Amino acid sequence: MDLTFTPEHEAFRMEARAWLEANVPPPGALRSLDTAEGFEDHRAFERQLFDARWSVVSWPKAYGGREVGIMEWLIFEEEYYRAGGPRRVSQNGIFLLAPTMFEYATDDQLDRYMAKMASGEEIWCQGWSEPDAGSDLAGIRSKATKTDGGWLLTGQKTWCSRGAFAHRCFGIFRTDPSAERHRGLTYFLIPMDAPGVTVRPIAQLDGETGFAEVFFDDVFVPDEDVLGTIGDGWKVAMATAGSERGISLRSPARYTEAADKLVDLLLATPVAAGHHHDPRSAIADEVMKAYADAQAYKLHTYMTATKVREGHTVGAEASATKIFWSETDVAIHRAALRLLGEAAELEVDDGRGGTDLSEWLDGYLFALSGPIYAGTNEIQRNVVAERMLGLPRA
Amino acid sequence: MRFSFTEEQLALRDAVASVLADWCTPADLHAIYASDAPDAGRSHPRWNALFNLGITALQIPEVDGGLGLDDRELIAISEGAGRVALPEPLSETAGVVVPILVAAGASHQVLQPFLDGGGAATLGGVTFTPTGPQITSVPDGDRVRTAAIANATASHHLLATSTDMGPELHLVATADSALTLTKSLDRPRRLGTLSWTPTNGSRVAAGTLAATLLDQAVNRAALYGAAELLGLCDAMITMTAAYVSDRKQFGVPVGSFQAVKHHLAGARVKLEFARPAVYAAAWSLATGHESVAHDISLAKSLASDAADEAARVSLQCHGAIGYTFEHDLHLFMKRAWALSAAWGDARSHRSRLVHLLQAERSSSTS
Repeated sequence: MDLTFTPEHEAFRMEARAWLEANVPPPGALRSLDTAEGFEDHRAFERQLFDARWSVVSWPKAYGGREVGIMEWLIFEEEYYRAGGPRRVSQNGIFLLAPTMFEYATDDQLDRYMAKMASGEEIWCQGWSEPDAGSDLAGIRSKATKTDGGWLLTGQKTWCSRGAFAHRCFGIFRTDPSAERHRGLTYFLIPMDAPGVTVRPIAQLDGETGFAEVFFDDVFVPDEDVLGTIGDGWKVAMATAGSERGISLRSPARYTEAADKLVDLLLATPVAAGHHHDPRSAIADEVMKAYADAQAYKLHTYMTATKVREGHTVGAEASATKIFWSETDVAIHRAALRLLGEAAELEVDDGRGGTDLSEWLDGYLFALSGPIYAGTNEIQRNVVAERMLGLPRA
Repeated sequence: MRFSFTEEQLALRDAVASVLADWCTPADLHAIYASDAPDAGRSHPRWNALFNLGITALQIPEVDGGLGLDDRELIAISEGAGRVALPEPLSETAGVVVPILVAAGASHQVLQPFLDGGGAATLGGVTFTPTGPQITSVPDGDRVRTAAIANATASHHLLATSTDMGPELHLVATADSALTLTKSLDRPRRLGTLSWTPTNGSRVAAGTLAATLLDQAVNRAALYGAAELLGLCDAMITMTAAYVSDRKQFGVPVGSFQAVKHHLAGARVKLEFARPAVYAAAWSLATGHESVAHDISLAKSLASDAADEAARVSLQCHGAIGYTFEHDLHLFMKRAWALSAAWGDARSHRSRLVHLLQAERSSSTS
C-alpha cells in the first residue's frame, strides 16, 4: 500500500498544471456549451487541448494521446478541475464511446473516428433511450433493416445529450425483429447529417438545449459502421454503460474540487448570515458530509484504479459508484445553495455584459440530472442488490 | 500509488479471520448475554489462540521481539474482528495501547505482557472531542477513578489522568486496581470503572510527551473502531441478504421486492465507500503522514454512518424476528451502535474536520 505518487507522476502533474494554468480560459469566457455559439467555443478549446496532447492522455499516440496509465489520467483530471477547466463538450465521445471503441472497434473504425473525436472535430451524442425505453432500456423498438451494403434505421431516440449540435451518434437498434429484450440488438455509429435524421432540440431545466430527440426515417448506415457484431449490441452497450457509471465519465476531481470550494464558502460565510461556520452547526455538518463523501469517492477511485492496473475488471461495482458520485454531486451543490440562502437563486454577472446562473446554481441543476441519467439510481440499486449482494430478481 | 494490500497482508488477514471464526461464533456471544457472571465473556482459551498468533506484538519492532509490522497489516485484521463482533480487546491492544507504549519508549519489561505474557489492554480515561482529547479520569481521594472503560476485565489498561503538571499516561494492571463492572446494552463489551493509584512505576509518559501520545492514542482508538465497524457492517449486510433471499411472503423471497433491495443496496454503497477511507487512514498512520488526523476523522465519520445505516436497514429487513433477543442480529447491531458512538461519533469527527480545514486554510494564506 502506497498512497503517494512517484516522481514521474509528480512531473506529469506539474507539466499538466503549467499548461492548464496558461491555457484554461477564465470563468465565463466560454459561452454555455448547450448553445450553438457556446458549443463552438468549447470545440475550439478541445482543439487547443488536442494540439497540446492533453485531450485524451490515456489514448494511443496515433489518435492524439500520450499512452499514459490510469493514474496519470486521474492526475490530469485533478489538474483539469483544479485549473477550472470548462465542461468537456466531447465527453460522450471520449469518455463513453471511446473505451467501447477500443474494446470492439475495427482498426478501420479507429482510424476513421478516434482522432476526430479527440480533437473535437466530431462531437458524439448517445442514442439509447426511447420514449418507451428509459429505465427499461431492453424495450428498445427503433429498428434497423438490412439493405444492400448496410442498414436502414427507423425509429426515435430521446434524451440525447449534445444531440442538438452533435455530428455523430452512437445508438442501439433492433436488427432482429423476432428477438426480444436484450437479444437481437446492434450498436451503430451514425452520421447526424445523413438523410432521414431529424433533430428536435429539447430545452433542459436551465432553458438551454442540452439534449434532443432524434428521429430516424430510413437512415442508411453502411456495414462498416456497425460496432461489434450484429445482434451483440446489448453486450457492447453494457461496456459503454460500465464506463458511464464507473470512473471514466466522472473522475473524482470534479467532486473534490467542488467540495473544496464548498468548504471555502462555508468558512467565508459570515456569522451574520445566520448560517455560520460554527463546527457544531447543522450547515457545517452538512458541508462536511458532502466533503467527506467527495474524499471517499477519490480514495475509492484510487483503489479501483489500482485494481484495474493490476488486471481486474470492474463489474457491478460501477453501479455502486454511479449512485455515490451522483448523490455526492447533489449534496455538494445543495449545501452550497443553503449557505447562499435567499441569494442563491439570483443570476450573476456573466462577464460578457449579461447575467447567468451562478456556478453553484448551474452546478446544482446539472447535478440533479446525475441520479437520472446513465440508468436511474433506482435501477443501479437493483443492480447492487442483485449482483453485489445476490438478492433474487423480481 | 498502489492502493491495495500485499499478498502477505491478505494471507495474514485470512489466517487470523479463520481463527476468529473458530473461536467467536454467535453462540459464544449469546452465552455472554445469557450469563449473570460479572466477568462473563472473556475467554482465556480464545484470547490465547489470538495471542499465540503474535498479533498483540504485531507493532513491536523485531529487535524487541515483536513482528515489526504496522497498521497496514493490522487494519484488515481488525476489520475481521469486527465481522465476528469479537468480545476481546484485540484491536485496542495491538492497534492502540502497544503502539503508544512503543512510541513512549517503554522498556522491554513494560512490553513483556504483550510479547509473551498473554496480556490484553485497552485505553481509558480520555474521550474524543473535536478540539482535542479530553481527560475523563477524576480524583478519588488519593486514588484516581476512571469510568466507562471498555473491555474492563482486560489484564491492563492505558489510563490518562490530569495532574498539576499536565496530563499523564499510566499502564495499570487490573489486578492492582479496584474494578466495578457496569452493565451496558452491548454486554460483551464489558464496561467498567477502575479505581487505581498512579505510581512512578506505572507512568508511561508525562507533560508534552503525554499530551502528544494522548492525541495519538485517541486517533488510534477512533481508527480501529472504524475498522471494526466495517466488519460489523459487512456481517449485518451479509446476514440480512441471506435472510431476505430465503424468507418468503406473497409466495416469493422478500429480497425480490425493490423496497427491500434498495434498503440493502444503500447500506452496501455506504460500506463500499467507507472502506477505502479506513484503509487510507491506516496508511497515513503507519507512514506518519501529516494528514493523519484529517484522514482518521474522515474514516471514522464514514464508518460510523455506514454502520448506523447497516444496523437500521438490517433490522428493518429482518422484520420482527430481527427484533428478538434470540436472533443473532442484535449481537452485531449493539456493537455497531456502541462503536459508532465511541471515540467520536460521525458528527464529532466532521466537526473536527471543520477545525482542521480551517487551520489548514489559514496557515496556507498567512
